[in-house]
Amino acid sequence: MQVPARFEYERASSVGHALMLLERLGPEARVVAGGHSLIPMMKLRLAQPEALVDINDLAELSHLAVEGDELVVGALVRHARLLADAEAGRLFPILHDAERVIADPVVRNRGTVGGSLCQADPSEDLSAAFSALRATAVIQGPGGARTVPIREFHTGPYETAVEPGELLTELRVPIRPGSGSAYQKVERRVGDWPVAAAGAVLVIHDGVIAEAGIGLTAVGAAHFAAPEAEESLIGQVPGEEAYARAGALAAAHCEPQSDQRGPADYKRHLVGELVRRALARAAERAGRGGLR
Amino acid sequence: MMITVTVNGQAHTRDVEPRMLLVHFLRDELRLTGTHWGCDTSNCGVCVVHLDGTPVKSCSVLAVMADGHEVTTVEGLERDGELDTVQKGFVECHGLQCGFCTPGMMLTARWLLDRDPDPSEAEIREAISGQLCRCTGYENIVRSVRWAAESEAAS
Repeated sequence: MQVPARFEYERASSVGHALMLLERLGPEARVVAGGHSLIPMMKLRLAQPEALVDINDLAELSHLAVEGDELVVGALVRHARLLADAEAGRLFPILHDAERVIADPVVRNRGTVGGSLCQADPSEDLSAAFSALRATAVIQGPGGARTVPIREFHTGPYETAVEPGELLTELRVPIRPGSGSAYQKVERRVGDWPVAAAGAVLVIHDGVIAEAGIGLTAVGAAHFAAPEAEESLIGQVPGEEAYARAGALAAAHCEPQSDQRGPADYKRHLVGELVRRALARAAERAGRGGLR
Repeated sequence: MMITVTVNGQAHTRDVEPRMLLVHFLRDELRLTGTHWGCDTSNCGVCVVHLDGTPVKSCSVLAVMADGHEVTTVEGLERDGELDTVQKGFVECHGLQCGFCTPGMMLTARWLLDRDPDPSEAEIREAISGQLCRCTGYENIVRSVRWAAESEAAS
């Protein structure tokens, strides 16, 4: 039987209360929401927090709505809810593509968007999707709120910009007219972590690519991004040639490791191919006028 | 710490350690052993119960997280001595062999039919995709859920 080591448990009743608890319990306290990454890690002693602050009651972190020119996703929004939200899927099909291949429906009932990002697993799908979208993370601390661009949010494997005593409260995703997006993942079996995955966001104006975002999962890409590939696309006419070049650049600049999910050269090959496919799908969606 | 969890409509108060998992609370504290305990890593889905009406894997939920909430286990599916239609479907269509995955499968099926009374075979397979049948009896599980859907549509 796998059971976590002993810890103290507190349930927060508001964001302010959660911050107070985190301050009182100190740097060895952890926030728990869905718990589907943290609790299995605690059973295996890969994580051994002294205290857990349960934020599942914080309805104020469960908002999911368009505010002005941004989609705002509360940190406590469950994966199942994001996947079921038609407006989020219309604005950002990349989020629905990614959610569909995260774990399984029952895990998605419990796991949260904020938890996935804060877990900061290098193989986590939403991290790359939000990186491609150039989202902004909002972090609350004792001194108030601060915003962090998603590409500065992940500071390493299982490490984020969220400091002890702070709480990720929401993600803000800029809505871009003329855009399309997609996420492509290769997994060993349904619901598994990716062997490799790629997300793409394209903004097409007057027949040329005005903005490009590319996110990479599980292949050692810094900040889950592929900046060289993105730069190669700006000002180009959308088409297979441009996508293939971007895929090759992304593959050349990432750092996949050989492991039980496959050898590094296979993962690098996947990056080139998945970037190409994600770009083509994103362009098709932009062209279809999914978002004006 | 003292917690009160409403399980199958009945409130239960117990003094538990924060590290006790919901699956063990149900099985060891309440002796509701219909909820099975399998992989311990949120993969196999035999421990699925409803938490506030939604299927979750109870090996990855702390009992203290269920304090003040409602849990439904397989024991709560039957009403007034009559099996739920999903349970009848598993009987009619030989939806179980060894029975280990069955409670979780039936709870997810009940939730699916409450949201979508006429799911396709593909939708049923998607709904149970986080649950493993070690007898590989998926064909009959899907048939059982379809039987329940058709039976409820006809009634």
